[in-house]
Amino acid sequence: MKSRIAFIVYLVIMILPIYWLINMSLQTNSEILGELSFWPKNLTFDNYLNILTDDSWYMGYVNSMTYVFMNMAISLTVALPAAYAFSRYKFVGDKHLFFWLLTNKMAPPAVFALPFFQLYSSVGLFDTHIAVALAHTLFNVALAVWILEGFMSGVPKEIDETAYIDGYSFPKFFVKIYIPLIRSGIGVTAFFLFMFSWIELLLARTLTSTGAQPIQAIMTRTQGASGIDWGTLAAAGVLTIVPGIAVVYFVRNHIAKGFALGRT
Amino acid sequence: MNKIENNKAWFFVIPVFVVVAFSAVIPLMTVVNYSVQDIFGANSAFWTGTEWYREMLRNPDLQAALLRQFAFSFAILAIEVPLGIGIALLMPKKGWAASAALVLVAMPLLIPLNVVGTIWQILARSDIGLLGWSLSSLGMDYNINANAADAWFTIILMDVWHWTPLIALLSYSGLRAIPDAYYQAARIDRASRWAVFRYIQLPKLTNVLVIGVLLRFMDSFMIYAEPFVLTGGGPGSSTTFLSQALTTMAVGQFDLGPAAAFSIIYFLIILAVSWVFYTAIMTLQKDKSAQQ
Repeated sequence: MKSRIAFIVYLVIMILPIYWLINMSLQTNSEILGELSFWPKNLTFDNYLNILTDDSWYMGYVNSMTYVFMNMAISLTVALPAAYAFSRYKFVGDKHLFFWLLTNKMAPPAVFALPFFQLYSSVGLFDTHIAVALAHTLFNVALAVWILEGFMSGVPKEIDETAYIDGYSFPKFFVKIYIPLIRSGIGVTAFFLFMFSWIELLLARTLTSTGAQPIQAIMTRTQGASGIDWGTLAAAGVLTIVPGIAVVYFVRNHIAKGFALGRT
Repeated sequence: MNKIENNKAWFFVIPVFVVVAFSAVIPLMTVVNYSVQDIFGANSAFWTGTEWYREMLRNPDLQAALLRQFAFSFAILAIEVPLGIGIALLMPKKGWAASAALVLVAMPLLIPLNVVGTIWQILARSDIGLLGWSLSSLGMDYNINANAADAWFTIILMDVWHWTPLIALLSYSGLRAIPDAYYQAARIDRASRWAVFRYIQLPKLTNVLVIGVLLRFMDSFMIYAEPFVLTGGGPGSSTTFLSQALTTMAVGQFDLGPAAAFSIIYFLIILAVSWVFYTAIMTLQKDKSAQQ
C-alpha cells in the first residue's frame, strides 16, 4: 500500500508539467499573462481551433507524421534481415560492422546538420519528407538492428531448421514464421523508432523549409514581434503529445515483455 | 547460441550497409574534408592539416563546454538510474492498473525535445509558471536567466523528468522477466526486502540497465534543443553544452574549418566513452555465457 501511494505521488509530480501546458492551452492570452490560474476560468478552445483550421499549422503535424512513418518503414525493412544475420551467423567483419552501426547512434546531430544540408541539396532532396526520413536512419537503423538482434537471439535456432526440413523457402519462412515470433520485438522497436524520430528537431529543421516543415519548427512562429502567443504555443505543444500517447497505447502489451529487448 | 560461420550472411547486411553509408559516411567525409582545409570560395582552399584541431583543443570556451557536458551527463545518470529502478519497483504488476501506469509513465518520452524545453521554460517563469511562481512565493530568489545555479537545477530537473521513464520502463520489463519461483524461494529463506533486491532483482536488471545507461549517456552527451529553448545556454555560457557550442560556431560565425575539426573531436570523445561501455557489456555477457 505504501508503494502504491509513493507511485501515485510520482505520477502526480510527473504529470504536473503536462497539466500546466494543457491548462495554459485552454486559456486566452490575457488570462495567461494576467494572473496565475490553476485551472482555466474562462474555458476556451480557440487556441486549438486556430491550429486545426489553419493548414499552415496542421500540415506541420502531417509532415512530421509522414517522415516519421517513412523512417520507421525504411529502418525496419533494412534492419530485419541485418539483425537476422547478426543473430544467426558469424561472418567476416561482423563485430566491427556491428560496432560501426552503433557509432551512428552516437553521432551528434549537430555534427551532421551542415553536411546533410549540403548532401541533400546537391541531390535535389532538400525540403522533402524522404530527406528527413533518410537523415533519421542515421541513428534509427543502428538502434533497430541492436534491439532486433537481442530478440532474434532469443529464438531457438531449431525453429529455422525445422522450417527448412518442412520445405519452407527462406523468404516464406522469414515472413510466415519468424516475424510473427518476434512480434513483441518489432512492436518495441517501432516504439523506439517512432520516439527518436518524432522528438528530433535539429536535423528535421535543417533539412526543410516550407514544403515538409515539421511541427516543432512551425511552433517557433508563435514568437512574433508583439511577444509570444502563449495560448497557441501551449495548444500546439499539447497536440504534439497526442500521437505519442496513441503509439504507447498500441504497443502497451508488448512493453512488459519486450522492453527488456530480449536480453534478460 | 553457437553461430554458423557463413559469409553469405553479408547479403542480409548489404541494405543496412548501403543506407548507413549514404547517411553517415558521405556527410562524415565532408566534415573531415572541411576540418583539414581553409576554404574561401569555390576553388580556393588551403591545406591546413592539423592546425584547426590544435586550435580547437586549446580553445578555453570549448574546454569549459566539454567539462560542463561531462558534469551534466554524469549528474543525470547518477539521478535517473536509481530513481528509474525505484519507480519500476513501485509500478503495479497486473491488470488494468499496470497498462495505465505504463502509458502514463511513458508519456514524457514522446514529447518533442523543443516542446519539453518550452514546457519547462513556461514552468520556470515566476509570473505564469507553476515552478517559478511556487519557489518565488516561498521567498526564494529563483531566476533561471540570472542565476547559473537555478539554470542548472532546472535543466537537470527537466532531463530527469523527461528521461527517467526510459530507465523505469527498461527496469520494469527486466523485473517482469523474473520467475515467481525465485521470490518463493526467497520467502522460504526469510530473505529481507533488501536481500531480495540485491541478490535477485538487481542481477536480473544488469543487462537492461547497461542498455539504458548507454542510451542515456549517448543522448545526454548530444543534448541540444532542451537547454537551447530553456536557457539559450545562459546565463552567460553557464549552460552551453557541446552541441550548442558547435552549432553556434558552425552556423553563427561560418567558421567551417574549426567547426568541422571540433565535430570530429566531439564525435571521437563520444566514440571512446561508448566503446568502453560497449566492451564492458560484451565481456559481461561472455562471462555469463561461460558460467552457464
